[in-house]
Amino acid sequence: MESNGNEELSRIIDELKSLKTEKSNIEHRISALEAQLRKIKVKKDDEMPNSNGSCTSTVKSFVDSSFGHGLSPNMIYRYSRHLLLPSFGVQGQSNLVKSSILVVGAGGLGAPALLYLAACGVGRLGIVDHDIVELNNLHRQIIHTEAYIGWSKVESAAAACRSVNSTIQIVEHKEAFRTSNALEIMSKYDIVVDATDNVPSRYMINDCCVVLGKPLVSGAALGMEGQLTVYNYNGGPCYRCLFPVPPPTTACQRCSDSGVLGVVPGVIGCLQALEAIKIASVIGEPLSGRMLLFDALSARIRIVKLRERSSQCKACGENAALTQQQFQNFDYEKFTQSPLSTSPLKLNLLTPTARISSKEYSEKVAGREAHILVDVRPTHHYKIVSLPNSMNIPLPTLEDRLPEISSALKKEEERRGVNTGSSACLYVICRRGNDSQRAVECLHKMGLTSAKDIIGGLETWAHDVDPNFPTY
Amino acid sequence: MQLTLEFGGGLELLCDSVKIHKINVDPEAGVEKLTMKHLLAWVRTNLIKERPEMFMKGDSVRPGVLVLVNDCDWELTGQLDTTLEEKDVVVFISTLHGG
Repeated sequence: MESNGNEELSRIIDELKSLKTEKSNIEHRISALEAQLRKIKVKKDDEMPNSNGSCTSTVKSFVDSSFGHGLSPNMIYRYSRHLLLPSFGVQGQSNLVKSSILVVGAGGLGAPALLYLAACGVGRLGIVDHDIVELNNLHRQIIHTEAYIGWSKVESAAAACRSVNSTIQIVEHKEAFRTSNALEIMSKYDIVVDATDNVPSRYMINDCCVVLGKPLVSGAALGMEGQLTVYNYNGGPCYRCLFPVPPPTTACQRCSDSGVLGVVPGVIGCLQALEAIKIASVIGEPLSGRMLLFDALSARIRIVKLRERSSQCKACGENAALTQQQFQNFDYEKFTQSPLSTSPLKLNLLTPTARISSKEYSEKVAGREAHILVDVRPTHHYKIVSLPNSMNIPLPTLEDRLPEISSALKKEEERRGVNTGSSACLYVICRRGNDSQRAVECLHKMGLTSAKDIIGGLETWAHDVDPNFPTY
Repeated sequence: MQLTLEFGGGLELLCDSVKIHKINVDPEAGVEKLTMKHLLAWVRTNLIKERPEMFMKGDSVRPGVLVLVNDCDWELTGQLDTTLEEKDVVVFISTLHGG
């Protein structure tokens, strides 16, 4: 029975997969054909203004040639609410449809930014990302849907953008943005939106924009706060003018560690789309030389005045003149001491004798070995999920709470009636196996030399021992 | 001198997760004016409860921290030499990178 059920399951999954591939191919083909059709139509209208003598054709070409704004009847209807804005009007829309915008990152910031940029009629919209859609992205990356879990974010985002607006050109860059491909990709666009999530990418995108002379709409969000500004625009400062020295790696928190309220990057991403639209359509005052600070919890938005372009700036300063060659040779990971990819840190601080695998630990539990398990994650992590009979002592409090561990060990020895001479073991666990190593180092220093960490933490426990154990 | 200090972008975690601090601080003895340099030293002693290296480096703020005096980048007002006035608002904000 069960094997039949499994076969059925994998048959359905396989069929779904192949149908989705087929669907995506068909969508690609449709949008390519539509683009072709548009080109032919425009050409035909240009060549033969009154070709078939039909009323609509005459009127259409009359509109095209007489009003000179390049907006087709379809565009006039689709973007009519833009055209009705006196401060935007046909000129703004006409500028927009002729512009091209590159969005780097199809995550929490990129999701709403891309949807609005597609909807508003930007002529060409590029999307760069190398990541795949995961279930724990969906609370904030609203461009992706459940059906696209496991798919590339670029494909998923492009399909969503096409379903909103099939009349614009959407370019998929399914690769990581690196110094080797950055110049080539970015040179095809007028404006760049930085919707990435790490420090080296931010420096790299900034420098590439400086080298190519592109304005950069930069947004960031973490926890309950967001920040937004426009760099390298019209003589304004660049990212390096503000931050010539990268922050210490310990100051660079990530959404996957610190959390983020989904709507916060949503707000910032929308504002990024707005700034990009303003620059592309040449309206208003872009947020250059100023920064918007958004505090969601206290419902406060503050706009502050920033310094001017720095003459000392290594990227855009008077004597800098960063060349394409220098850019391509620059090591951004070394400069910022942090990786371009967002894969979690994997420390290796301890000797193998001070570590055990989660499988080994599960055997010790099954064998009823006398031991205590200390979970060094923050308390709000521990509340999400924990192993039974573990004690939660967050890493920063470890030193102060050493007596608790010693007395727990003693109690365990008494309870199990461990013979004098041997003693209860001390194991330490955390989410991914980094803090547990730091904790074991600390415990060793404080005399608890038998302490061992569980390699890979609860994530590995879920992977290797208990597939039903929740991960986050 | 009464000042309002605000910490953001995660820096508030260094001062008991309190974002806004109304403080009273006076210039150093024998000096008429209160400067940012003196204020930073005061903040480090009186408000920062943990990991001071996440706030300061040398006698200034660490890389990645923006300092705003009355909503204006302190690079424009004289950085450490900025003179503070009664009721000024000073914001310390750590730049974010997430997305």
